[in-house]
Amino acid sequence: MNIQIRKFYYGDIPEENTGGSTIPQQDSGAQNAWPLWEVFIRSKQGLDHKHAGSLHAADAQMAIENARDVYTRRQEGVSLWVVESTHIHASNPDDADSLYEPAADKIYRHPTFYDLPDEVKHM
Amino acid sequence: MELIDLEKKFQEKIDKEIKIEPLDWMPEAYRKTNVRQISQHAHSEIVGMLPEGNWISRAPSLKRKAILIAKVQDEAGHGLYLYSAAETLGTSREQMIDDLHSGKAKYSSIFNYPTLTWADMGAVGWLVDGAAILNQVMLCRTSYGPYARAMVRICKEESFHQRQGFESLIVLSKGTAEQKAMCQDAINRWWWPSLMMFGPKDSESTNSDQSMKWKIKRKTNDELRQNFVDMIAEQVKLLGMTLPDPDLKWNEATKHYDFGEINWEEFWNVVKGNGPCNRQRLEARNKAHKEGDWVRAAALAHAEKRKNKLAKQDLAVA
Repeated sequence: MNIQIRKFYYGDIPEENTGGSTIPQQDSGAQNAWPLWEVFIRSKQGLDHKHAGSLHAADAQMAIENARDVYTRRQEGVSLWVVESTHIHASNPDDADSLYEPAADKIYRHPTFYDLPDEVKHM
Repeated sequence: MELIDLEKKFQEKIDKEIKIEPLDWMPEAYRKTNVRQISQHAHSEIVGMLPEGNWISRAPSLKRKAILIAKVQDEAGHGLYLYSAAETLGTSREQMIDDLHSGKAKYSSIFNYPTLTWADMGAVGWLVDGAAILNQVMLCRTSYGPYARAMVRICKEESFHQRQGFESLIVLSKGTAEQKAMCQDAINRWWWPSLMMFGPKDSESTNSDQSMKWKIKRKTNDELRQNFVDMIAEQVKLLGMTLPDPDLKWNEATKHYDFGEINWEEFWNVVKGNGPCNRQRLEARNKAHKEGDWVRAAALAHAEKRKNKLAKQDLAVA
């Protein structure tokens, strides 16, 4: 058998080993593709909504229904937000140094910077 | 920055255990490897619903039926988490689905074996999910952030899968002579394919250890397989059953179980599409996708209609 064996694991089979049961490709249905949504979950009252993942849905209502089915099967949340992914704007990772680095040398912004007499107790 | 500097910086981040996030610079090969691995993993979850779905309508009790439905629903969710993770790398859902349906993309070969009896549901949960969990626990620490996060979510849900499988085998192992025989038969049929899930032996890998260097993977095939054998060889005793391997025995020197040679010819045959159910699985997927086409179109049309209606209302209010 003349196969190039490569190191891989469960779920990682190189494409060049593809063969056999190829079914002729049909219409991809891409024209009926639903937009991508980001899902945020509030795990319990009093906490922030936190990003959980994403999914495809035709509209916001369906996105919430799908998010409920996919992300809260085990009581992970009491409230859901969905936002269409195209509406999310992110900072550029290349700017990370100029954006966040300047905060590193401003230790006086933290309460532990200040030495106070023990008598002050709670402050 | 020069490409070589970017690559050096990238590797430094990996070495420092800093996760790679979607917008970060990454080598093209890292992106490709992740897309391939994550999407194949997703396909495995989706195709993995088929052999189990086979038994939903024939589960022996309402309890077992509810459990099986919950498990199959989890697999769909796991597929979705993983497709979403792959999409952050710039590939589209449609492309991945197309590649699965055309046979271009692969999924775990284990799902090309048939589920012949009810005991197979137990054996699949215990052995197949057990093998998958070892791989997935490792992948919780993979270097690509969205993949690692998806795996954490999956691992939380997956342990119920293995436990329910083992528990249902315990019930069979305490049953009638026929039930015991069914239990042993299922173990016999699923044992070797489960070992194959970990892939070829390390010694036969000609690929560099790039995936290990990039920390996409953190354990070798043989390491994971040995962990699995050690775990299962002990658990099978609790069932009062045996594993179908005359060479399986404890090695006092290595502190591991030795085991027999895997039939690699069978492994490659199934990978290449000649397993018992390859054709059936792909046909089922293609059929489901095709028959769902009108639903996708209708949902879009409905969303559009509702949007227009809302816009008109807003206009009227204004």
